[in-house]
Amino acid sequence: MRLRDPRALFGLTVLAAVAIAAIAAPVVTAGNPNAQRDIVATRFLPPLTADLHGTFHPLGTDRFGRDVWTRLVYGARISLGVGLLAVVISVAIGTAVGAAAGYLRGWPAMGLLGFTDFALALPRLVLLLLLAALWQPSAALVVVVLGLTGWMPIARLVHGEVRGLAVRPFVEGARALGARRARVLWRHILPNALTPVIVAAALGVGNAILLEASLSYLGLGVQPPTASWGSMIASGRDTLVNAPWVVTAPGLALVLVVVACTLLGDALRDALDPGAAKR
Amino acid sequence: MLRMLWQRALVGVAVVTGVVTLTFLLLHAAPGDPAERLLGPAAAPQQVEAVRHALELDRPLTVQYASWLRRFVRGDWGTSITTGRPVGAMLRAAWPATARLVALSLLLSYALGLLVGAVQAARSRARLDTTLSVATVTLFALPGFWLGLMLIMVFTYWLRVLPAFGAAGMDADFLSGWARIADQLRHLALPLLTLTLIGVGGTARFARGAILDVLAQPFVAAARAKGVSESRVLARHVLRNALGPMLILLGLSLPALFSGAVLVETVFAWPGVGRVMVEAVQSRDYPVVMAATAVSALLVVAGNILADVLAAWADPRVRGAAREA
Repeated sequence: MRLRDPRALFGLTVLAAVAIAAIAAPVVTAGNPNAQRDIVATRFLPPLTADLHGTFHPLGTDRFGRDVWTRLVYGARISLGVGLLAVVISVAIGTAVGAAAGYLRGWPAMGLLGFTDFALALPRLVLLLLLAALWQPSAALVVVVLGLTGWMPIARLVHGEVRGLAVRPFVEGARALGARRARVLWRHILPNALTPVIVAAALGVGNAILLEASLSYLGLGVQPPTASWGSMIASGRDTLVNAPWVVTAPGLALVLVVVACTLLGDALRDALDPGAAKR
Repeated sequence: MLRMLWQRALVGVAVVTGVVTLTFLLLHAAPGDPAERLLGPAAAPQQVEAVRHALELDRPLTVQYASWLRRFVRGDWGTSITTGRPVGAMLRAAWPATARLVALSLLLSYALGLLVGAVQAARSRARLDTTLSVATVTLFALPGFWLGLMLIMVFTYWLRVLPAFGAAGMDADFLSGWARIADQLRHLALPLLTLTLIGVGGTARFARGAILDVLAQPFVAAARAKGVSESRVLARHVLRNALGPMLILLGLSLPALFSGAVLVETVFAWPGVGRVMVEAVQSRDYPVVMAATAVSALLVVAGNILADVLAAWADPRVRGAAREA
């Protein structure tokens, strides 16, 4: 991929900056995201003010006097982490199912494809609500739920690629040399089938981050006082009038990260798929 | 074509049955008992047992499942555990609000999205295209519930021009004629704007891609070489062919008419299906959850079939392929 593509450059820069801030959270913030001091004196401080203790709040404080910037950066750990892990699960399941369905013949392939179509027809949001509401809500549950409900499009993609690659001459060549089926699939077919998966994964991370925020907003995801961007928006919605910054900051962060993922995905698709690059 | 539809319908019935079974198992495998929730922590064990018996929760799972399925197919969707009202009546009462909101926003998103996408494709790679791309990507990335809150902040709290909650004002029953319609439109404005802004982001991106795909086809070059004017090429040759994928997408959004606005409905306290579903899930209202899931799954399957039919209608080549299959 050429880094001259402004979309890729923007996406990578934003994601790298957010990831570094999230990893270095104790360094770039005041520390504990749940720290409360004198709640009356320090709550609802507007951005760019200092409290009585002399602590500076670049993005102000919420109704418990917690520093919004600190919560935003620690929330990035949850939001990015949940998004990434969920997509890792989706990609792993999707690639396994898609590759098996594309490479096997007869009823096992039919069964896997049928199962994928079945899972694709499940109403995802209903399923998310159900799964998240029925068990004790937590970040880990959100990861598993998003991962288990997001693998189907990837399985479809991999299936199509593998079917196409399996009849290509270099695969026949590997077979003719006596390579075992598993080895042909693992060494020759899969590495060539992963291009669309990378694109889907980049777009999927953005989508997963949005869904995590949605679940947390409904109170079915990350539980307070833990900061995630969705739970921050949920906790700030009652104070929209007195403290609009509590809702605004995590929302802008969400939009920025999701835009970065989408642009990166678009740029990757154009770079990896010469057919579409003409656009 | 008809044979294909039959096959699809059969597969669809299997999928819906699967979804319903899965939901049933998930509901009953999860910890938490609706009887205990209903009665609260102070209930005596005998009371809980009595309610469990009344709700048939003490019978074997297979028996519960079979009896639910039999009654559902007959149209008896049971009564809500929390409200005591018939589930069918609850969903029927909530549905029009969701359908009105989502149908209008779909209409607007598709019209605007097609327009923006066409303008972008016609000016591909120019500055206008880039600017619009940045705009549509941003709209596409907006979380609906957050955009809703932002719009409430601006239009309700700062400008004080539009209401933020519900589908009608508290005084709606005393209004008449035009005042009543104006009141409903004012309540519709913010949720509709939220859904439409996000929708346009997606449809415009999709339309731009679909139109560019068609523009790269040889028949477009042929039409231009024949000397057909550029506007006629776009209208007759390109848009006509790009409509197929757009119609497929529209067919796939059929289920949204029932449950497509869960979060936005929650933000705006819109009295629709989404809100009923969120509340039912949170209170373990088994009959409501089961019925809503079944209807959602039915609509997903119907939407898929509708998308295929629309695609065949828009593109004779697909029709031919279906006949051969």
